[in-house]
Amino acid sequence: MPKFMLILHDSKDRGYMSLSPEEMQNVIQDFRDWARKTAESGAMLGGEKLADEEGRRVKRGPEGTIVLDGPFSETKEVVGGFFLIEAADYAAATAIAGGCPQLSWGWVEVRQLDPHAGSDSCALGEVRDLIDQNREAQLARA
Amino acid sequence: MDVSASRDVPELVEHLFRRQAGRMLSSLCAVLGLENLDLAEEVVQEALIKALTDWPYRGIPENPRAWLARTARNLAIDALRRQARFRDREQAIAERLDARSRCIPDPSDLDEDSALPDDQLAMIFACCRPEIPLESRLALTLKTVSGLGVGEIARAFLASETTIAQRIVRAKRRIEELAINLALPAPEELGDRLDSVLHVLYILFNEGYSAAAGENLIRLDLCEEAIRLARLLARRPDTGTPRTLALAALFLLQASRLPARVDHAGDLLPMAEQDRSLWSRELISEGLRLLSGAASGDQLSSYHLLAGIAAEHAVAATFHSTNWAHVLDLYDMLVDVDPSPIVKLNRVVAVAMAKGAQAGLDALDQLGEPKTLRDYYLLPATRAELLSRQGRYAESREMWRRASEKPCSAPIRRFIEKRLAEHTPPPWLRGNLTSG
Repeated sequence: MPKFMLILHDSKDRGYMSLSPEEMQNVIQDFRDWARKTAESGAMLGGEKLADEEGRRVKRGPEGTIVLDGPFSETKEVVGGFFLIEAADYAAATAIAGGCPQLSWGWVEVRQLDPHAGSDSCALGEVRDLIDQNREAQLARA
Repeated sequence: MDVSASRDVPELVEHLFRRQAGRMLSSLCAVLGLENLDLAEEVVQEALIKALTDWPYRGIPENPRAWLARTARNLAIDALRRQARFRDREQAIAERLDARSRCIPDPSDLDEDSALPDDQLAMIFACCRPEIPLESRLALTLKTVSGLGVGEIARAFLASETTIAQRIVRAKRRIEELAINLALPAPEELGDRLDSVLHVLYILFNEGYSAAAGENLIRLDLCEEAIRLARLLARRPDTGTPRTLALAALFLLQASRLPARVDHAGDLLPMAEQDRSLWSRELISEGLRLLSGAASGDQLSSYHLLAGIAAEHAVAATFHSTNWAHVLDLYDMLVDVDPSPIVKLNRVVAVAMAKGAQAGLDALDQLGEPKTLRDYYLLPATRAELLSRQGRYAESREMWRRASEKPCSAPIRRFIEKRLAEHTPPPWLRGNLTSG
């Protein structure tokens, strides 16, 4: 079955700042319910929360790779995290994303993993490499 | 990411964030000083946001309260480091914050805060200072002690968020002007200061019990909060005075009727028409227990009398079998203590039930048309009911018509319209109607 990545984006105004304590608790409860439902359906493959900072960009410069600060501080958009799910098609994947409480204060990007890229573990491996690179870039910071 | 349902994490308990916000805020203010209330509020908000953006992914911690308290402590220390005015006190403050964040309740005790910590009590006293305007006291207490958001408070009082925000600012300004400290009042002051707190809770409960206008007759959150705080105050020996117990009893006995107060359409049911099997037995027995606890010492307050009246209703099988003689006695005493027109009007009903409709109408004539009741629908409505009982339907209809001109909430309006319709004879009967 095809795999999709759900990338959680926060909207620019960080609407959750004005939530009352009760409203915040309801959101967490919604998240748990959504995650449990998605996991029980077998669709959830995994996910991670990104750390609370802007990350790094790695580019190739004239003398080798350069590591720059993450783009997010400029665009003021924050990626909260990502999930990997399994779904029959985009319709099914967006239906799952539609239930994600992230929609209360941001939006969810849905991207299909390249079905021709090889085996299942290969796709996940690519994502893991991305995470590892990020960590290495962090360590490379003086 | 916590996707496995098998991992043993505690369910989020009701109002956890609300309660914790109140506790964290009081602890922070106790250490940082009440003059830094704004800073403390920011820290609490940030701590909750951290939970909001962390727990959905990493799962809910084993001891959510401890997590929140620790996070607030760390954020507070960060905030202190950024502000010069705290720099030399940072170490001392950090130690005091540490001490407080170590006193975290057992995770198994997650369901309710069974004891009111000194910090929170001090916060209640500070918010309820008589020098602060009453509406501001209410708004500030709900925000800082009860952990309600500005939006929630606005909806509860049917005011705009701006209005509520202004009331809170006014309260904070008064606190600054008076240089109020966050400390428990000295024993000799406690009585007066407690009266002010009880008064605020009384207003809070009444506001929740029957809204002045709007669609929902009952604003349950306010009632619940008033009850919660009254219970907590009743449990502490220093604040559990007879007056406090009587107020808590009053709240519980009135709240016991809430399930029966509106019908399926959301319309108001007068007590005579309520299904008493829906009244909460638990609340009634807790209320009666508190009332007997209140009947000690030599303090007899209006709360005692109101609670006593509510108790008479609570133990009566039907409206008609209520011990109206007792109720009238209590109202007679209440009028002595509080001769306000509203109390006198309520007494009229007791007079009518104990001594008949004419006695009630006489008492109503004695009351007259006081200015405070000019827009109060219950004045003409009471007269209408009594006239009806005497078969004086045309006069009764006129009174219902007058009642319908008064401002009131939608459910009450529907109730009046219904009565008006009942008193309007069908066209084929109208010609024969004699004036009474």
